[in-house]
Amino acid sequence: MRGIVSIAGYVPYRRLQRSAVAQVFGSGGGKGTRSVASHDEDTTTMGVEAARLAVRSAPAAAPDAIWFATASPAYLDKTNATTIHAALRQPTHVSAFDFGGALRSGAGALRSSLAAAGTGTTLVVLSDLRDGLPTSADESAGGDGAAAVLVGDDGPGTPVIAEYLGGASVSDEFLDRWRTAGDRRSKVWEERFGETRYVPLGAEAWEAALKTVGVSADQVDQVAVTGMHGRAVKALARKLGVRDGVLADDLTTTVGQTGAAHPGLVLASMIERAEPGQVLAVVALADGADVLVFRTTDSLGAWSASHTIADQIAGAADLPYGKFLSWRGMVTPEPPRRPEPQRVSSTAAWRNEEWKFGFVGSKDRSSEAVHLPPSRISMKGGAVDDMEPVDRADTEATIATYTIDHLSYSASPPIVFAVLDFDGGGRFPLELTDVDPTTIEIGDKVAMTFRKLYTADGIHDYFWKAKPVRTGGSAAGGGAAGNSAAS
Amino acid sequence: MASHGIKDRVAIVGMGCTRFAEHWDKSLDDLIIEASQDTFAAAGVTKDDVDAYWFGTAQSGMSGITLARPLQLDGKPVTRVENYCTTGSEALRAAAYAVASGAYDVAMAVGAEKVKDSGYQGLNAFPIPGDGTARTLTAAAMFSMVAPAYGKKYGVGEDELTEVLARISWKNHQNGAQNPRAQFRKEVSTETICASPRVAGRLGVFDCAGVADGAAAAIVVRAEDAHRYTDKPIYIKALSFSAGSGSGLIDPEYDYTWFPECARAAEDAYQQAGITDPRHQLAMAEVHDCFTPTELVLMEDLGFAERGTAWKEVLAGTFDRTGELPVNPDGGLKSFGHPVGASGLRMFFEAWLQLRGEATPERQIHTDRTLALTHNLGGYPGEMVSFVSVVGTELG
Repeated sequence: MRGIVSIAGYVPYRRLQRSAVAQVFGSGGGKGTRSVASHDEDTTTMGVEAARLAVRSAPAAAPDAIWFATASPAYLDKTNATTIHAALRQPTHVSAFDFGGALRSGAGALRSSLAAAGTGTTLVVLSDLRDGLPTSADESAGGDGAAAVLVGDDGPGTPVIAEYLGGASVSDEFLDRWRTAGDRRSKVWEERFGETRYVPLGAEAWEAALKTVGVSADQVDQVAVTGMHGRAVKALARKLGVRDGVLADDLTTTVGQTGAAHPGLVLASMIERAEPGQVLAVVALADGADVLVFRTTDSLGAWSASHTIADQIAGAADLPYGKFLSWRGMVTPEPPRRPEPQRVSSTAAWRNEEWKFGFVGSKDRSSEAVHLPPSRISMKGGAVDDMEPVDRADTEATIATYTIDHLSYSASPPIVFAVLDFDGGGRFPLELTDVDPTTIEIGDKVAMTFRKLYTADGIHDYFWKAKPVRTGGSAAGGGAAGNSAAS
Repeated sequence: MASHGIKDRVAIVGMGCTRFAEHWDKSLDDLIIEASQDTFAAAGVTKDDVDAYWFGTAQSGMSGITLARPLQLDGKPVTRVENYCTTGSEALRAAAYAVASGAYDVAMAVGAEKVKDSGYQGLNAFPIPGDGTARTLTAAAMFSMVAPAYGKKYGVGEDELTEVLARISWKNHQNGAQNPRAQFRKEVSTETICASPRVAGRLGVFDCAGVADGAAAAIVVRAEDAHRYTDKPIYIKALSFSAGSGSGLIDPEYDYTWFPECARAAEDAYQQAGITDPRHQLAMAEVHDCFTPTELVLMEDLGFAERGTAWKEVLAGTFDRTGELPVNPDGGLKSFGHPVGASGLRMFFEAWLQLRGEATPERQIHTDRTLALTHNLGGYPGEMVSFVSVVGTELG
């Protein structure tokens, strides 16, 4: 039996009230909110966050491969999945591949891994950043987020919580939405044309999938239809023939449409609410249609989400529209008058991969002093080369003191910076993110989050920051899985 | 293994110091030449009489050639020195040791910095290729963490602490206002200081050192030769230096209320100089007031006040120019300005003027004490280098 071993969604902390758009421009926007990636997030960092959550809920699983799909890659040419690989501290024999470019690559990667029985455990990470020009439909309807699905064959350490029953894909060449490399925005053909293509393609795939798995439409307990073409999604949903109440929340009123990530995000959301023995289906419309059908297993009862999407939706904070525009590069506010950062040294980053990407320090075996970053010679007692690695990425920390820097270079000043004392030992001064500077207090708990510090010469500087642990859902787990990673 | 020091073996016989300012019209070479010529004149020597040179600059140039070219020193041993903001002090330390060792008869230390050619406010470190994980905070932000930690540890309320820090800034502006070489020559009210825009944490513009261009220099010779050059030599009683391991940044035991590197350097300097009661033995002290909380904490690290009491002494005026122990009578980094490579030597220059009775009359300190201290630090809380010297007018 192959299927889902663990799954998680990641929704960034900030929300844009869609009504804010019309308040500025007099038009555009709409109702509800959309998620907004922080200025220090990209599809890779969001993918890391989703992957950390998924892995935390299945601590015994060891992926053989990491597949990363996005329509907004942080790098071209260079594989982004290797960054996720490094942040998850995976051994070199775990392969890492990108599925790049198209919106459909998300659903495609997911279906490919599910259909490949006997190929081991694959961590499929879907991530996307969606927007458009100010007042556009894409700007309001879009959302930012990621999902990670640990796909594997049922076995000891990898109990499948949702068996993949089968699916169907149909493909067709027609131009509904497109973007050429380097373009800042997507363009769309007249909406009616896309609708006339997507609805029959979706219906065809739906019928084929149900037939393949031997389930009738009225036996489906939850189904989510997703795609960038909102009208087609709504029209198809009405034609599925499922029972009342089966159609799942597609998260578009709260999170927005997260493009390549969305099939994974709605799937995660359904599984978080599912009972064992339910039939779940996802229908994704992009240049054709992909349908995936699952049945949750008894193992679902013993599984729990590290940080549910519902909690992430509830624990959000609004972002002013001006900040949204500046974070997306649509407007350029005056930067601090300080020199811009220099590009990261590739060789130095490689030598320090465990520290930079994995937040792994060292602990002196004799004095037990924790060194962040790792050190060869101990600060206590002076022992030489007698250290063991110590993971701190999944360890919570307490703010010992902090400051707010109005002068340092930042894509979104001011920088909030705190001296952190880690549970289990170790201190490191680190930037805080997803935080309101007026609410910080000494003694507050924080959790680590993987971020992009800046970009120089096209090189993204990935490292860790800390964010507040908010009540109503732990930001970083801290459960059994979280603690097991700390030595 | 010991720190023996070179008490009374070396004397300063000539010094010079430019005004510290935004010298838009002066190059690094102009500043070097001005400070050096004044110093040669003060010692009554020419550049050829000097056997060896040490040149301190943090980032205005590289190698001894940066000094040798403008002064046209031909074939002399000229070495560039850099050690964060203690660069100027380190140039003098090297020159003094060279003379004390017997290697040279006459040595010169020159410190200079051209900060205001960068186009940015504040000081900006030279970028070194790295893995991108080093913190990118300003010095102001790093030092801003000291004040709340100090207040919490010693029960000083936020408003009271603001008053203490403003008092330090006010004092240094008072002193600078009297000093023709200072960058800022205006008195500033504590109300203005408290209302200034925030830079980092609770620190405002008036809590931060002035950023200026400038140069300063000193010529040193063996103590027994000093009177050949001047009737009023200043003898080196102690030169001490302490570099931290940087562990304060990652050691949970460090609490941001003191600078261990400075306390260690002070202890060593007092031992070298034979000082047991600095507050009552020193005529004055120049300390590294890069930010107002730095000066507050230094009063305790240098032994001028008991732990947890410096804030009361500040408010009582103990460290005013007319107080029990004048601190930063020249205005300090705060109002004299901080051209990094020159600052350490500028501190010696104030000791040189005051101990020789050559400060302008309105700011001359009148005292029977014959010793002065200079303290110069570089880096940040937790990751710091610190220098302390004691100089005096008498041998023994």
